[in-house]
Amino acid sequence: MTSEGIGASVRRKEDYRFLTGNGNYLDDISRSGQAYASFVRSPHAHAKIGGIDTSSAESAPGVIAVFTGQDLADDGIGPLICGWLIKSKDGEDHKAPAHPALAVDTVRYVGDAVAIVIADSLEQAKDGAEQVNVDYQELPAVALAGDAMQDGAPQVHDDAPGNVCYDWEIGEKDDTDAAFAAAAHVTTMEIVNNRLIPNAVEPRAAIGEYDPGSEGFTLYTTSQNPHVARLVLSAFNQVAPEHKLRVVAPDVGGGFGSKIFIYAEETVCLWASRKVNRPVKWTAARSESFQSDAHGRDHVTKAELALDADGKFTGLRVNTIANMGAYLSTFATCVPSYLYATLLAGQYTTPAIYCDVQAVFTHTTPVDAYRGAGRPEATFVIERLVEQAAKELGTDPAELRRKNMIAADAFPYQTPVIQQYDCGDYPRALDEALSRADYAGFAQRKADSESRGKKRGIGFSSYIEACGIAPSAAVGALGGGVGLWESGHLRFNPTGSVTIFTGSHAHGQGHETTFAQIVASRLGVPVDNVEVVHGDTDKVLFGMGTYGSRSAAVGGSALCKAADKIIDKGRKIAAHILEASEDDIEFADGNFTVAGTDKTMSIGEVAFAAYVPHNYPEDLEPGLNESAFYDPLNFSFPAGTHICEVEVDPDTGTVEIMNYTAIDDFGTVINPMIVEGQVHGGVAQGVGQALLEGCVYDGSGQLVTGSFMDYTMPRADSVPSIDVGMTEVPSPLNPLGVKGCGEAGAIAAPAATINAVVDALWDMGVRDVPMPATASNVWQTIKSAAQAAE
Amino acid sequence: MPVTVSMTVNGKEVSGEVEPRTLLVQFIRENLRLTGTHVGCDTSQCGACVVHINGTSVKSCTQLAVQCEGADVSTIESLATDGELHPMQEAFRQNHGLQCGFCTPGMVMSAVDLVKENPNPTEQEIREWLEGNICRCTGYHNIVKSIKAGAETMRG
Ligand code: FES
Ligand code: FES
Repeated sequence: MTSEGIGASVRRKEDYRFLTGNGNYLDDISRSGQAYASFVRSPHAHAKIGGIDTSSAESAPGVIAVFTGQDLADDGIGPLICGWLIKSKDGEDHKAPAHPALAVDTVRYVGDAVAIVIADSLEQAKDGAEQVNVDYQELPAVALAGDAMQDGAPQVHDDAPGNVCYDWEIGEKDDTDAAFAAAAHVTTMEIVNNRLIPNAVEPRAAIGEYDPGSEGFTLYTTSQNPHVARLVLSAFNQVAPEHKLRVVAPDVGGGFGSKIFIYAEETVCLWASRKVNRPVKWTAARSESFQSDAHGRDHVTKAELALDADGKFTGLRVNTIANMGAYLSTFATCVPSYLYATLLAGQYTTPAIYCDVQAVFTHTTPVDAYRGAGRPEATFVIERLVEQAAKELGTDPAELRRKNMIAADAFPYQTPVIQQYDCGDYPRALDEALSRADYAGFAQRKADSESRGKKRGIGFSSYIEACGIAPSAAVGALGGGVGLWESGHLRFNPTGSVTIFTGSHAHGQGHETTFAQIVASRLGVPVDNVEVVHGDTDKVLFGMGTYGSRSAAVGGSALCKAADKIIDKGRKIAAHILEASEDDIEFADGNFTVAGTDKTMSIGEVAFAAYVPHNYPEDLEPGLNESAFYDPLNFSFPAGTHICEVEVDPDTGTVEIMNYTAIDDFGTVINPMIVEGQVHGGVAQGVGQALLEGCVYDGSGQLVTGSFMDYTMPRADSVPSIDVGMTEVPSPLNPLGVKGCGEAGAIAAPAATINAVVDALWDMGVRDVPMPATASNVWQTIKSAAQAAE
Repeated sequence: MPVTVSMTVNGKEVSGEVEPRTLLVQFIRENLRLTGTHVGCDTSQCGACVVHINGTSVKSCTQLAVQCEGADVSTIESLATDGELHPMQEAFRQNHGLQCGFCTPGMVMSAVDLVKENPNPTEQEIREWLEGNICRCTGYHNIVKSIKAGAETMRG
């Protein structure tokens, strides 16, 4: 490893601009002549729109225009789409009720947009929005998925009877039932995965701009995947033809999934820019983010684990009800199905698995992928069950896991739920985690806590995830409407520097550094001479964007392919100039050398020769500029064990995390500093879900947790320091050997944390603790356990 | 009715027309086009907007521009001199104290003020000081590490 090659903690190239206030986030952009937009949003969870009176808003000072859903419909814009088709058990397609960008006759959640007001200033737009009179005729609403399935529940859509979007299944039901019939022990749990609000610190924003000269549109937007936004906006939302639409996603202040989706606001601003012939800018106020960013999780599950007399898992049976919200967001349908239930084998050899999922509409904000997307929910189900089974059987939870783990020599390993795991060494990560967390010393620490009146607990989470999404053919076979390859384009400049154009998008991940490391080490040039360009559909070839921990595994692999093409062409050029046969040219450390001689030229010299082709092969095109598309061969499967140790105050219910250990296998690590940072951030989100965060709707569908004052975000004094270690088992399936690291923390941490809290309180009769395990929830749980014992 | 407001920002005398309801952060971002100071919320909870007013860290969304008449304001843009990062900025860079960078200006401005008040803060003191700053990316681990390192360099 060199000081800046693969495996080096190179300091980030992007940091100087962020640290000096020179980042270029969406709201920092100001287009000449821009007008400002404010959306009129429904205050009700469910209401008929009797009429919308825009007249006084239209005559308010500074107001340029007011548009409603009818105006969009008249222009044939929309509706918004969901790009993944799920087939129910009976073979029917999932129910996909129309999702207009602005509601036309019915509003279906608090925050559902009904009109846009465009004015000369933001204040005028907001004042104008106050003047729009909507005649709402309130209707009964339902916010919880379980309630929405009851007979007589308020209906969200006429064309989704019983509020069911789909009723889907995976696995072999008969085999699984047979495993349960023969089981020596069955552990059964009701598991709620709490609803979360993503809250990237940068709010979503968009500027639509129309140029009458070129008849072209530009959309500046906070997107994780600008090319996908362009595709959807042109092909489905009908705003502009694809070749006349440029989408720019500049510096984006965090995404975590919430900025994957193609939302109403960007669609409407883009369309409206042509109507008013001015750029139209909208930036979400945080309270709008709470209402309109797609939410995450929200599952209610019944799960059962069957074990034989030796403690081997023989069957897993899971039923999940997933809340979709009022409409289907862009990828909503695949999250509680293929991104969830295909991971239910976990790290274990469980031979029979059956899961069915009912996806349900409610009068709430749409729910879609949030960091981990389906995989945290799967891990939480498995790892809570396994921990509970160990407790019920009186065995050590680490040993029960080890006994059931897939052995390191059993790969590739086919699970009963579609996935074929590529490689891994799960027991090794477990062992390393046990030693780093000093499991052996836990009893002593517990006794110490006890002597101070505190309850100490330890919890494990041996998680697995499917990342590097995904082979296009597999995606298509499972109902996905896209291909999930990535593109990479390398341009050597005549002076020997390199420009990378990637379809991946960075919004905190540090691609400008890691992608430069990949290319620099492949081509033997300094990292400083490599520049990464992303986030602009006019500059970058094409791209599927960044989510599902795919950037290094798929985007990085595309760059490797392009680099190999550069080397192949460079070899031809060098052979010509060095007067040798191509087969005799060796490439290493940035130099082309005639084997066994000292005749050599650097890749920079080759690049120069390619652009000033005076002495150059006759049959070769000038230039050193190559691109590649890479379609992955399979998902990659990062996995590991996290251990959380907590102290609970039994009098107040307060939980404090004493130690947190994360041992992960991400395959080859490109930049350990950045990878560790990804783990820290993911764990904080997972701990946030476990202890602090929870989206609450009241019975009428009002969003109770609609601001940072009501929704508890993890803060510096509420999350722990984290001990991170890695077992690198390179993936054989991509040229870098990487597996993806962006989501692991958020996937592993909730189960580790809740397992620790339950462990702490087990001898007080507590058998489960709901998320978030706030002091009040924990205290209530302790009280109920005490009452039950009486 | 627009009113005129004057103050010193990053060492320069500036003035501009604002509405009485214009927040300091809007004045800084929109009138002065200093966009390093960010807006992450509408309830004064996130700290992305922290600047220094007369040498003390303040959330610039909690002040009206007109309240700052005559004040001495400095923003993140003033910290580096001649392209050289301030020790706290450099510590964030060295310790990977930022990911998406959106919370970062507020974090750095808060941290600089902390070290002025408490030149050798403990991990716990740093964590408590940051209670008004939200970061969704880093889990705070490396921010805390950065501030410890930055404080050490600033102590000299
Ligand atoms: S914008 Fe000032 S605290 Fe959030
Ligand atoms: S670095 Fe993204 S919010 Fe802090």
